[in-house]
Amino acid sequence: MSRRPLVREVPPTTWYFRQPRYMRYMSREITSIFVGAYCMFLVVGLQRLAAGPSAWEGFLQALTSPASIVFQFLALVAAVYHAATWFNATQKAMPVQIGEDFVPGNVISGAHYVAWAVLSVVILHLAGVF
Amino acid sequence: MTQMKQRQVQLEVLRYNPDTDTEAHFQRYEVSCNEEGVVLDALNKVKETVDPTLNYRWSCHMAVCGSCGMMINGEPKLSCHTFLRDYEGVIRVEPLAHFPIERDLVTAPDDFMEKLKRVKPYLIPKKKKPISEGEYKQTPAQLMKFRQYSMCINCMLCYAACPEYGLTPKFIGPAALTLAHRYNIDSRDGGRKERQEVVATAEGVWDCTFVGACSEVCPAHVDPASALQQMKITSSIDWIVEHLIPGGKSARDTVSREDAGDIS
Repeated sequence: MSRRPLVREVPPTTWYFRQPRYMRYMSREITSIFVGAYCMFLVVGLQRLAAGPSAWEGFLQALTSPASIVFQFLALVAAVYHAATWFNATQKAMPVQIGEDFVPGNVISGAHYVAWAVLSVVILHLAGVF
Repeated sequence: MTQMKQRQVQLEVLRYNPDTDTEAHFQRYEVSCNEEGVVLDALNKVKETVDPTLNYRWSCHMAVCGSCGMMINGEPKLSCHTFLRDYEGVIRVEPLAHFPIERDLVTAPDDFMEKLKRVKPYLIPKKKKPISEGEYKQTPAQLMKFRQYSMCINCMLCYAACPEYGLTPKFIGPAALTLAHRYNIDSRDGGRKERQEVVATAEGVWDCTFVGACSEVCPAHVDPASALQQMKITSSIDWIVEHLIPGGKSARDTVSREDAGDIS
């Protein structure tokens, strides 16, 4: 009797439509495009700032355009989703064992959310928001 | 004794005969099973009463041996652990994804077995000692550190769930890497340096993109995704110590079996 195993190919570009969990994974990964694009956006802002007051005024003006507001809104949603998936992942990557028991995962992820909130308040304070 | 409630079950099973077929095809079966039965019971009923040529693996029927992994409605599951009452309509049964089909629902596990060997999934003592010196002792806390990772039953459901393994067959994969981690964090073990040759490579932990599907499908509640992320952290620390700290010797360079042998 011959041995002739049948190899099945995984579709290289459409595999993530096969499972909802693969779609969730891809949505998490795709947020990095928005996060990266927003970083580029900030770099352009810095460059405009360095170029002088009129260039900076022009940049601020461009920020208020509808396309810019839509982009910033999408980038914010993507960044928040990306951060949440990251914080939820920390409990897997950094388990904390005390004696024989492990600290519950939601405590580890929760600590990251708390640190996020505290740092956000500090940054907003330094930025003069309040 | 009262008759158990029966249930009509329709199965759509992927068939492949290496002697006659060039492609796999689905075949429909209908059998009557106990209401409380599992998919494996339905397959056994098919084999006993309808089609004796149907091939599949199973052994314990109690989610311990890890032999009966299959794709059930597209999800990797142990067929002995998948209740018929949880399904409506036709149940589609296919061999585990990402593995070549040997025949019908039987897959070829050769690739997994070879990878399992490569990670040296056994205790490599820090220091060899004669039996007369007694056992290698361990506290309950040291045991708990790796215990969940030792629950793997080698059912390969995590490989069938992992899209990374499907797309990049060189990837060592969830179960084998998790077993490497299980031994690496065992207080009695000193084999991490040897295992890092396989673990800390592109086809080792760095091929993992943390989809997390492995942990979601594991029937033994092992968390391979966590093991791999932890190994990424330790491998990164190794790299930083080796490349960025002058004279730095990473943990992987400390104690190995050979070193321990030299000392004694």
